Amino acid sequence: MSEPSAAILSLERLGVRLPPGADRSHALSDVSLSIAANEILCIVGESGSGKSIMANAIMRLLPSGVSIDSGRVMFEGRDLATASTAEMRSVRGAGIAMIFQEPMTALNPLRTIGDQIGEMFSIHTGLSGAAIRTKVLALLEDVRIPDPKSAARAYPHELSGGQRQRAMIAMALALDPRILIADEPTTALDVTTQAQILALVRDLQKRKKTAVVFITHDFGVVAEIADRVAVMQQGSIVEQGDAASVLGDPQHSYTKQLIAAVPPLTSPPRRALSDETILTIDNVSKTYRTGGFLGRGVRVTPAVRDVSLKLPRGATLGIVGESGSGKSTLARCIVRLIDPDIGSIVLDGKDWAKMTREDVRRETRHIQMVFQDPFASLNPRRKAGDLVAQGPIVHGTPPAKALAEAKELFELVGLDPSAIDRFPHEFSGGQRQRIGLARALALRPSVLVADEAVSALDVSVQAQVLKLLAGLRQRLGLSIVFITHDLRVAAQICDLVAVMKDGEVVEQGLAGDVFGRPRHPYTQALLESIPGGDFARRREARSLA
Amino acid sequence: MDVVKRYFRSPAAVIGLVLLLIVVVMAISAGWLYPREPLALAGRPLIWPFSNPRFLLGTDNSGRDIAAQIFYGARISLLIGGAATAIAIAIGVLIGAFAGFYGGFIDNVLMRITEAFQTLPNFVLLLVLVAVFGSTLTTVTIAVGVVSWPAPARLTRAEFLSLRNREFVQAGRTLGMRDIQLILGEILPNALPPVIVYASVVMAVAILLESALAFLHLSDPNVASWGNLIGLGRDVLRVQWYVSAIPGIAILVTVLAVSLVGQGLNDALNPRLKGR
Repeated sequence: MSEPSAAILSLERLGVRLPPGADRSHALSDVSLSIAANEILCIVGESGSGKSIMANAIMRLLPSGVSIDSGRVMFEGRDLATASTAEMRSVRGAGIAMIFQEPMTALNPLRTIGDQIGEMFSIHTGLSGAAIRTKVLALLEDVRIPDPKSAARAYPHELSGGQRQRAMIAMALALDPRILIADEPTTALDVTTQAQILALVRDLQKRKKTAVVFITHDFGVVAEIADRVAVMQQGSIVEQGDAASVLGDPQHSYTKQLIAAVPPLTSPPRRALSDETILTIDNVSKTYRTGGFLGRGVRVTPAVRDVSLKLPRGATLGIVGESGSGKSTLARCIVRLIDPDIGSIVLDGKDWAKMTREDVRRETRHIQMVFQDPFASLNPRRKAGDLVAQGPIVHGTPPAKALAEAKELFELVGLDPSAIDRFPHEFSGGQRQRIGLARALALRPSVLVADEAVSALDVSVQAQVLKLLAGLRQRLGLSIVFITHDLRVAAQICDLVAVMKDGEVVEQGLAGDVFGRPRHPYTQALLESIPGGDFARRREARSLA
Repeated sequence: MDVVKRYFRSPAAVIGLVLLLIVVVMAISAGWLYPREPLALAGRPLIWPFSNPRFLLGTDNSGRDIAAQIFYGARISLLIGGAATAIAIAIGVLIGAFAGFYGGFIDNVLMRITEAFQTLPNFVLLLVLVAVFGSTLTTVTIAVGVVSWPAPARLTRAEFLSLRNREFVQAGRTLGMRDIQLILGEILPNALPPVIVYASVVMAVAILLESALAFLHLSDPNVASWGNLIGLGRDVLRVQWYVSAIPGIAILVTVLAVSLVGQGLNDALNPRLKGR
């Protein structure tokens, strides 16, 4: 814990107005908080809570139509809310620096990393070119990019996501700012990379004594990194205090609810599994070939390599892995959105991998898919009821009957049946995912493939959808293939787990065994990297006691 | 309904719509205001506008009423504009949809055909078609449509390429929809807005193409069209310039109206692009 010292940035009753017609009149209302040098303040909240708007308000980078209408932002004796544009330019980068969620879009794709970091010096200082180059290399070494010299010459697309985020951090820290604002900097990263970046931020903060405002939606990350925490809901701060006290003894009901929604690491008690296997995946491989001419210069990417899995009837098989592990390709092979190169996928005695397209089309109601993005997976020009009724209509159910069934399905997934006349954009993310689920269930499938089905949702909504899924599994006797990058989610719902890395299954078995006693070093590394793991374990120990 | 509201928020779009409505009203009321055949001789040739109350806009070199020809010409321009646009958009959407949806070999073949049409200047192609098939109103309309489809085809293809891998299309596939259901029911409604906007450009160009043909005396001489009138006026351009100028203004106003409506539609359908 850092020594309490004078606040270097303080927000005093800050209000930020939204344009008329938004869902509420103010993005922020009456927000007061302060941050001292040499501490990490985590701002936690769900999507729409105003946490990113707050970061942008401090930097005065608000989108058009959104403006500060009350309160002050005090930094080094100045009120940033009323500072001139020229003053703000000297504050940004030098006084307060910012890093963003997606480093790929925050970096200029046409210029090298070294160039972009060097720009910080050429804008704010009068250093010579050679001096700037030395400084850039020192910075890249500071953020521990492997091979800083070649990283400085690289273009953003030539680096991995984690390296890009390191480069962003190097750029933000170039001028030794007093405050670093990090807006969900690890959300787009894999869990192992996330752990490294969190450790890096912690370490740099200690060495450079920078104050860090760390915005996140994940209480695991908070437990990992925060000195102090502020919890936001609907544009107001509902609770703030020391990390230990907020996490250990939350006062406000919303904080309690958020912490309770963080998935625990241990699996629920083991369920009895059926001996009967419903889906057998045998030696499936898929290789992508791109480019090349007459067999020369072809780029070969093996996405799935020799995967064999079994799904018992009524069970849930989790496939976990980081981005690029081939888990989504495997899911798409199972529903034949992608044709596997070799291997067999046997469902109810039929080999899906070898069926013709027309046969797949006719048999597809036995195996259905729920997609990741609740915004992209629903046709924006169809009503919710039509979306759900579509499947049965395609397979010959009269439209009136299909619509009546859609109403029942709406009720089943916890939506208001009278909402079938609304369009997808009138629903929230969680509700849309329920529509997607209803659409998949409308064909009464025996196997459901859920591809990152809850990854885009806030934790509290995530918990609800997972609960719904577990309930439906019981009531409808569904067998589920559940694909996710989030081990905490997998631990909650899966009976069996397969861990994928570079297209191969490196470890599989009962969920309790894989999470409790991981054998493969990669599984161990994944489990180690889960943010806030210690916190989750402590909490479980307490709830058991 | 949002679209309608956003459309009427733009003054330019409203002006365009009003102008277009005036042209439409002219076309509708032509038979009622000028019950006589517009190409029949009506009076002395080359009467200046506003000099004789019987011929408000004067007469042309053969003594036909210019006002009547303008009113009847509105019918021809709108007819050719509308029908040729419908033909061009229909061919374009069909070819673009198949090329974009299937990709690969089909895409290659269809796009090479499209390029073959695009490499020829479309007015030259139009002249060839009219020279071969004759210049009745029907052939001219079809010919204008046939030379205008490549651009909408490319636009539709681009939309399909970006939409065909969206999750909602994949979802439709896992529900067991046929390709044709995916194309018509899922992708096309989402691909149409930019195509509809582009249709206004096609329509404006179609009207201009017909006028250009008529100016060269290559359009149907048996109908009262604005282009024919301009072509006639060419012979007396130095002195009685109004014979060409009046239909010229009519064409200008109509094309402007169509373009403004198109721009307004674009802003209304893609509200986020506005203000850039």
